[in-house]
Amino acid sequence: MRIIVLAKQVPDTRNVGANAMNPNGTINRAALPTVFNPEDLKALEMALRVKNQMPNTTVTVITMGPPRAEEIIRDARNRGADDGFVLSDARFAGSDTLATSYALAQAIRSAGDFDLVFCGRQAIDGDTAQVGPQIAEKLGLPQITYAEALESVSEQEIVIRRRLEQGVETVCAALPVLVTVTSAAPDCRYPHAHRLLRFAKTPVEVRNADDVQPDFARLGLAGSPTKVKKVDNVVLAHKDNVHLEPTEDNLNEMMKNLINEHII
Amino acid sequence: MNNVLVYCELSEQNRIADISLELCTKGRQLATQLQGRLQAVVLGHKVEGLEKQLYLYGVDEVFMADDERLAPYRTLPHFELLSAVIKEQHPDIVLFGATSVGRDMSPRIASYLRCGLTADCTTLEIGSHTDAKTKQTYENILLQMRPAFGGNIVATIVSPETRPQMATVREGVMKKEVLDATYKGSLTRIATDGRLDKADKAVRIISREIKEQSINIKPASIIVAGGYGMGSKENFQLLHQLADAIGGEVGATRAAIDAGFTESERQIGQTGVTVRPKLYIACGISGAIQHTAGMEESGKIISINTDPNAPINSIADITIVGDAVAIVPQLIACYNNNLK
Ligand SMILES: Cc1cc2nc3c(=O)[nH]c(=O)nc-3n(C[C@H](O)[C@H](O)[C@H](O)COP(=O)(O)OP(=O)(O)OC[C@H]3O[C@@H](n4cnc5c(N)ncnc54)[C@H](O)[C@@H]3O)c2cc1C
Ligand SMILES: Cc1cc2nc3c(=O)[nH]c(=O)nc-3n(C[C@H](O)[C@H](O)[C@H](O)COP(=O)(O)OP(=O)(O)OC[C@H]3O[C@@H](n4cnc5c(N)ncnc54)[C@H](O)[C@@H]3O)c2cc1C
Repeated sequence: MRIIVLAKQVPDTRNVGANAMNPNGTINRAALPTVFNPEDLKALEMALRVKNQMPNTTVTVITMGPPRAEEIIRDARNRGADDGFVLSDARFAGSDTLATSYALAQAIRSAGDFDLVFCGRQAIDGDTAQVGPQIAEKLGLPQITYAEALESVSEQEIVIRRRLEQGVETVCAALPVLVTVTSAAPDCRYPHAHRLLRFAKTPVEVRNADDVQPDFARLGLAGSPTKVKKVDNVVLAHKDNVHLEPTEDNLNEMMKNLINEHII
Repeated sequence: MNNVLVYCELSEQNRIADISLELCTKGRQLATQLQGRLQAVVLGHKVEGLEKQLYLYGVDEVFMADDERLAPYRTLPHFELLSAVIKEQHPDIVLFGATSVGRDMSPRIASYLRCGLTADCTTLEIGSHTDAKTKQTYENILLQMRPAFGGNIVATIVSPETRPQMATVREGVMKKEVLDATYKGSLTRIATDGRLDKADKAVRIISREIKEQSINIKPASIIVAGGYGMGSKENFQLLHQLADAIGGEVGATRAAIDAGFTESERQIGQTGVTVRPKLYIACGISGAIQHTAGMEESGKIISINTDPNAPINSIADITIVGDAVAIVPQLIACYNNNLK
């Protein structure tokens, strides 16, 4: 069996410091450490669990980003993936989810036959959860979103438990299929010391746009229907913090204001 | 055409879901501004009659398919019919809930139609946009505001060139409001014969376990939230008294729930629910990032904490340094005084 895992290197938005924003409201990416997108680690783990159950399975990890995103492939290999490549090209810059999913779908096509595609439900920076289902559509695959557990798998089909707002649902799909994995799924296994040694000197393959034979009009800014018109910094919104001594008068005044402002 | 289309979801009780009625309310405003019609798509089983519920919200045209293969929701059967309606009707705008259903369906549709989709919008407005490079100006397009980057920024996103312009909105963000009890809309039935056979085969539902939800704090416009600092289950009752008085719901941190002060359905944060009330009163809450991730977009935040340096104070509009157990009853008294 052949499994593709899509993984994104993201700025660690969970540990945003005071200097994470430039004064003009743009993101100061240099001030943020990068991490393996958390749900993509869970997707990798689910792929590795399939591999554990199915002999002769290879797990290939694909990441799109700057050349340093090769760290993702190295980390994934150390945890149990067989191989992978970075898709990197300035012509991808400015991609929205439509252009990103197109580039990744082309990369998957360029990687040969596959039975399963696993990705995270959502990346913690863009936060849209759109790329997975968009790739499924482009590859003509059914999709299983919000996966939290692998129930069973065979050469023909996969059974997945998925999370809904008010409960869970267990579904069965014939392969090939694309699965997006949520944070409720099991954590990823740690890197193995012996794999670290084994892969330390193995370079990471980098592919560019030409390698995946795209329609260039569908890449990058030109291929992105959504445009960011402007960005406002939320951190500034709460600047004027009022300190109140809890005296009777102060509390009374505050409640009066809340009523007058029609907040309560 | 200047029409706005809403993809309606059904609740477990087979009613139109609240999120969809919220979208219809917003969609009505947008359609009126664009001088277009409001359209709604309902796909399900035994949905006869639900169109009447939609007319109240100002829907002009309901497209409905009734087939047992459409319920419970599965991606491909719904995709098959919804994509065809959108292609045929050419709406200017399509709205989806940012729910497990809407976030499953909308990206697939956007990919198929090759149009823009903006996730988790908190504000939708009609306005104009001038492209910085080409200087071309687009009038009457959808301005879509959404939090991003872990909630640290709000981006305004436009899709000026492609149609439809599509957006998802979370539950409870928009208001749900009946427009007119006598509003007249029309119903168009969608035939399913022969169209679902292939889509029906792809993914099979083996089992579903749905919890009946008795507590749902998400839509509340006022939330009184308590943390570990409230000290006990009894003190937590004070929060219920305040919430009842001012018309709100009670929320909690994970630490308060772990300590047994209240029910787990009330948890707000990364592993709980995300809320955006007009007013958030945080009582005895330190403000861990996992908690603030679920409430930082609240309109006004009041923090009551004995520690003047509690992290929550940095995102609060008003900080009251003191004992929440003593201050909460005072707030109830002040509220009642001011009503007189
Ligand atoms: C402030 C801001 C707001 C934005 N809003 C929108 C918007 O509303 N609509 C829109 O279309 N675009 C939007 N974008 C652009 C969007 O963030 C990028 O297109 C991004 O490349 C992909 O979207 P995502 O991060 O949301 O991924 P998601 O769709 O959340 O990612 C889902 C999964 O897809 C896989 N994946 C995603 N990207 C990669 C990658 N580069 N390499 C490997 N796997 C990957 C991962 O498995 C990931 O878990 C926005 C960008 C910014 C900065
Ligand atoms: C993976 C992960 C996910 C998590 N998800 C969530 C989540 O979804 N939601 C969530 O809430 N947490 C979550 N947490 C836990 C989170 O990290 C914090 O531990 C938790 O939010 C703290 O709750 P607290 O503020 O009630 O308690 P504490 O941090 O103990 O704070 C108590 C506060 O009360 C104040 N205080 C004490 N006495 C009084 C008094 N008499 N009057 C007024 N103030 C008083 C103290 O000064 C202090 O600031 C998660 C943690 C992890 C690791």
